Amino acid sequence: MEKNPKNYFKLFSAMFFLSAFTFGGGYVIVPLMKKKFVDETAWLEEDEMTDIVAMAQSAPGVMAVNASILVGRRLLGLSGIPVAVAGTVLPPLIILSVISLFYAAFRDNAVVRAVLNGMTAGVCAVIFDAAITMGGKVVKTKKPLPILIMAGAFLACFALRINLIYIILFCGSLGALVGLRDKKTGKERI
Amino acid sequence: MIYFQLFLSFFQIGLFSFGGGLAALPLIQSRLVDIRGWLTLAEFADIVTVSEMTPGPIAINAATFAGTKIAGLGGALAATLGCVLPSCIIVTLLAWLYDRYKESPAIRGALTGLRSTAAALIFSAGLSILILSFWGSGGFTLDGSSIDFTAVIMFAAGLFLLRKFKPNPIFILLGSGLLGAVCYLVEFTELFHKIGVGFYK
Repeated sequence: MEKNPKNYFKLFSAMFFLSAFTFGGGYVIVPLMKKKFVDETAWLEEDEMTDIVAMAQSAPGVMAVNASILVGRRLLGLSGIPVAVAGTVLPPLIILSVISLFYAAFRDNAVVRAVLNGMTAGVCAVIFDAAITMGGKVVKTKKPLPILIMAGAFLACFALRINLIYIILFCGSLGALVGLRDKKTGKERI
Repeated sequence: MIYFQLFLSFFQIGLFSFGGGLAALPLIQSRLVDIRGWLTLAEFADIVTVSEMTPGPIAINAATFAGTKIAGLGGALAATLGCVLPSCIIVTLLAWLYDRYKESPAIRGALTGLRSTAAALIFSAGLSILILSFWGSGGFTLDGSSIDFTAVIMFAAGLFLLRKFKPNPIFILLGSGLLGAVCYLVEFTELFHKIGVGFYK
């Protein structure tokens, strides 16, 4: 893409509308991005998009932001990154600013409280659904080590209340070390 | 100072949430509820609910909400910037490294380890909210009378529908919100009725 103001605006508005209409967060935005950038505008090739998704998933942080960084960089170079990120971040920033202004007044309203209490039970179902799907994939590998890591991480977090950052760093390093060892020994423990 | 603390807390959230979407959830709880005490568990549960109902990533929503609550619009901007900055740095580097090292056994091993961890941590955060939903802010007790059975039934029904039919989660939220309004408000009227009768005696 040529680096002219019109293309920067196109990138910004594409990201803005994707972000403004992606309900439920997380992986919902991936198929929408593919539809927009591969099928509708043909700014990206199909396998470029697949690589972008894989990279966005393997990096820490917000998946939608990661993907928009990669799309922005691919289309307009480094200067495309802030434009794409601004487009992705602005809709939730605006919407949540408005909601938090009214939150104190709404929260104590009996009807709003009842709706939110009901929704909390629904949100729990959504969270457990995601955790079961993710955990199921780990169990299906039938490798004892990842399953042990999962069980250990849960106990360390929920029962022992260890700082999450240590748990994450420990499990990531453990995986890296075992991965290196596997390479030498020819086993597949992770 | 408060801006910097907000920035730093969300920088950590952005830096350490692997696995997309809900992966930020346990970190937000740990940084904002458990360590800083900026949000109560009930407010955290409300943010999660509102985030699932509104467009946009949950970490950005939480950053805006918590930032506004603690330090106004400037706080929201500081928190959001903190949340996004690690991604900008890491993803740009990663894009550059990806093609060279994507088959590295250390990277593959680390990612497998992190994915297993993410599942466990999301489960743990879900459990915190579930306890709040079932037992209220008093926390878990064995005493059956303090359990909110309306919430238990809605949770079980929601999870069953999600596992069985894989609908868009938004429908589960809308449904449970609607049911919540009906069930809890009826309880309210019962409560008012009892108080009223008490006064008459």
